[in-house]
Amino acid sequence: MVDRIADPWGERTPYGPGQEWPVRVDRFLDGDRTEADVDRWAQSASILHSNGDAMDIAVAGGRIVGVRGRAVDRINRGRLDPKDLYGWQANHSSDRLTRPLVRDGDRLVETDWDTAMGRVVARSKELLDGPGGWGHFGFYTTGQLFLEEYYTLGVIGKAGLGTPHMDGNTRLCTATAAAALKASFGTDGQPGSYTDVDHCDAIALWGHNVAETQTVLWMRMLDRRRGPNPPAMLAVDPRATPVAREADLHLAVRNGTNMALMNGLLREIIQRGWYDPDYVDAHTLGFEELCRTVDGYPPSRVADICDVRAADVERAAELLGTCQRLLSTVLQGFYQSNQATAASCAVNNVHLVRGMIGRPGAGIYQMNGQPTAQNTRETGADGDLPGLRNWDNEQHIAELARLWNVEVDTIPHWAPPTHAMQIFRYAEQGSIKLLWISATNPAVSLPDLSRIRRILKQPELFVVVQDLFLTETAELADVVLPAATWGEKTGTFTSVDRTVHISEKAVDPPGEARADLDIFLDYARRMDFRDRDGAPLIRWTGPEEVFEAWKECSRGRPCDYSGITYERLRGGSGIQWPCNDDHPDGTERLYTDGRFNTDPDYCETYGQDLATGAEFTEPEYRAKEPNGRAFLHVVDYQPSPEVPDEEHPMLLTTGRTVYQFHTRTKTGRAPQLNQAAPEVWVELNPADADRLGIVEGDLVGVSSARGAIQARARLCGIRPGVVFLPFHYGYFDQDPAERTPRAANELTITAWDAVSKQPIFKVAAVAVAKLADGRGVPSPAPTVGGSEPPPDADVPATVGGPAAQATSGKE
Amino acid sequence: MHLAHYLGLLHRAQVNLADAFRQVAEAHADEPDVQHLCQQQAQRCDAHAEQLRPFAARYSEDAPAEPDRLHSQLFTGTRTGGLGLLRDLQDLYLMAAECDIAWTVVGQAAYGVRDKDLLATVQGCEGETAIQLKWLRSRMKQAAPQALVVAD
Repeated sequence: MVDRIADPWGERTPYGPGQEWPVRVDRFLDGDRTEADVDRWAQSASILHSNGDAMDIAVAGGRIVGVRGRAVDRINRGRLDPKDLYGWQANHSSDRLTRPLVRDGDRLVETDWDTAMGRVVARSKELLDGPGGWGHFGFYTTGQLFLEEYYTLGVIGKAGLGTPHMDGNTRLCTATAAAALKASFGTDGQPGSYTDVDHCDAIALWGHNVAETQTVLWMRMLDRRRGPNPPAMLAVDPRATPVAREADLHLAVRNGTNMALMNGLLREIIQRGWYDPDYVDAHTLGFEELCRTVDGYPPSRVADICDVRAADVERAAELLGTCQRLLSTVLQGFYQSNQATAASCAVNNVHLVRGMIGRPGAGIYQMNGQPTAQNTRETGADGDLPGLRNWDNEQHIAELARLWNVEVDTIPHWAPPTHAMQIFRYAEQGSIKLLWISATNPAVSLPDLSRIRRILKQPELFVVVQDLFLTETAELADVVLPAATWGEKTGTFTSVDRTVHISEKAVDPPGEARADLDIFLDYARRMDFRDRDGAPLIRWTGPEEVFEAWKECSRGRPCDYSGITYERLRGGSGIQWPCNDDHPDGTERLYTDGRFNTDPDYCETYGQDLATGAEFTEPEYRAKEPNGRAFLHVVDYQPSPEVPDEEHPMLLTTGRTVYQFHTRTKTGRAPQLNQAAPEVWVELNPADADRLGIVEGDLVGVSSARGAIQARARLCGIRPGVVFLPFHYGYFDQDPAERTPRAANELTITAWDAVSKQPIFKVAAVAVAKLADGRGVPSPAPTVGGSEPPPDADVPATVGGPAAQATSGKE
Repeated sequence: MHLAHYLGLLHRAQVNLADAFRQVAEAHADEPDVQHLCQQQAQRCDAHAEQLRPFAARYSEDAPAEPDRLHSQLFTGTRTGGLGLLRDLQDLYLMAAECDIAWTVVGQAAYGVRDKDLLATVQGCEGETAIQLKWLRSRMKQAAPQALVVAD
């Protein structure tokens, strides 16, 4: 037995390069149950992080009683994240929404589905009547529904209502991954595979605390590190995360300076001759301009901008430049920071100039932050079009129009789909009058929360919220629709490395809660959306029908699902797309021949200027004659929109703990997880704390130009001048009369990357001051992860105790 | 030789554009991307103006008196609201277009006078002005349907 709260990563199963990762099956069953007490197992995969770990859901007496990792699956080989081991208990939470709610003055009252949907449909029809009616609708969805649900929502928005105002909270987590992949390689689609960990001889983690965000991927990396011929490891992160502590080299750069670091590393790699001129000549465009720009970033200048040692920049370049099989992984330290897309493209550049792409061990993960974010992107429920099509390519739009049997001009394609922050701006200005929020909690997760609350409270804005619980956002809604969740509905979703899994319905949803798909289909029926011939636009009745339709939409595109069926997904491992007649068993790696998806007729974008987001036109793109070559994009470093000043002298960064997911809607209701990290904290470097007269456990005020919050101090290994707040903590579990401000996003700035439009959460100027003495009681921060205190600190270790005993074994 | 006049025209156009970018940034601070990118582009215009100064000095000695109606006034202040944003971006677009064509004209003159330094400056800057035009066009294309068809 193992306490997976105390040890989130479990026992090591070391292995060597080229070997198969050993199986280790993790399991947690409620109470004293054993496998003999389980009636049946329903196949699924993780929905509480983005790794895509396959699992089976244990059912006994019509209830979920536990989970077990799937040994047969290529992604996790039986292992599970602690959030998966314990998080399923939230499904049973007594405060699940079981009936629809509608607003009656300042109260939400229970009602039936007909009344609730009736209100939504009546308002929709009223708004749709008249020119420009489409523009009054905004949809803000998630990275946590299923593929079938996103595709249906996408068709409703694009062909039913004809609105471009649809985005996901994927804008906050993965928009830059998509933007960087499109910009460098022509389309979205992860080049690498998780099996690259098995083969690599160096791993570079760019702003990616994988130990806490994707624990099973970290287990795989640790198992290589403990085996023979381990890979070297480089970490770029302002915090002393478990990754930074494990790495051979840790660059604790100043927040917002990634671009300068990347330019400096590329300069060293090129000047020292560590690049592959044959690969560059044959497979890339833009090398001369790259050289010209990065030439201005010698190690000494990079050291000044990033506040790291010049010698460490040189060492990092050597690590990257002299390995033979480089694996890179990128996440929010880049995606939610200054110059996000440009810096992420620069990681792609490292691989392109070294020819480190498309072969075992030489891979890139432009990671996702959420379990089904990949599908939001693929199906066009965010700022993309279904099948990774190009909004500016008339032929691509015509394909969708044929598929849906609607006029081409029904589908909005005059500009890119509207990004989330702009959708909220239109709502703020009053031109969006109906905002439908599904499975996400913007009242805690968007920047500058007082503004977001103000928008959601505007009386003229009709807010529909579809969720499991009465979240901070649902409290402000006009109609609340109770949704089923994972384990209560069937559908598919896809991991970062393109592995498609099925997630089966194991039990019925509580009360009158309905699958999100059924809610969308019901809306489509009630709205009576019609195709060009007067037939119903959407005729699907269940998930498998939608999946079959999606296969046709994806056919011939990079994310080709045409060879996958529900039947094939059952029983074995997940399958990597593209899976079609040419690749009947799926495709492990993309771009193995160095030919990229940059053909003008095939690509997903005609490109943008990375500094401004200015769109290039089709003729301009064609004139570049990409011919299947990848683009080496480069820009100069520019300081962040907000830098510290006298009033706000410190930098704030936000992020996750291993024990919580997003706004704790589920993890905050799983006892083992919530007890491990029950309350917000703020991380300070001991030197800063000393200067400010703060010790471990003191109550600290953190304020920015937007707002102020309170949190207890954890003194730990974060870089001086920087403070960290976990972004999980909102207000749902506080007494409404005594809510103290604690959400990190009260402080963050409304600003976004020019290309990916991803908000800049990692750079906000703040002031920090002591509010009250902690009287020797340590902060509630976990001792595991980035908030680990120094060894001499008198802080009790985070443990789960008897309630967290899980099994873990090699089979 | 009249080159100095056109250098003066371009210089003032860049200074005016920088100023207009800053005014639009301030007036539309509720549009964070407009605010940030306008500030960024204002700095770019400052740099262009700065790079033009030595050439203006170099050619001013040969210049006759400045002709009438050399300069134009394209910007008379910012507006508010969604339509106002569109209209303000359009002003910026026209001002950037004036700079764009002036770079072309000055570049041609640089060939004529065999001034490699001036030519290099033109070639370095005109691409940045083209990006300004492109960004303004992209942003206006995105904003136009909502401002003109949807908003009350």
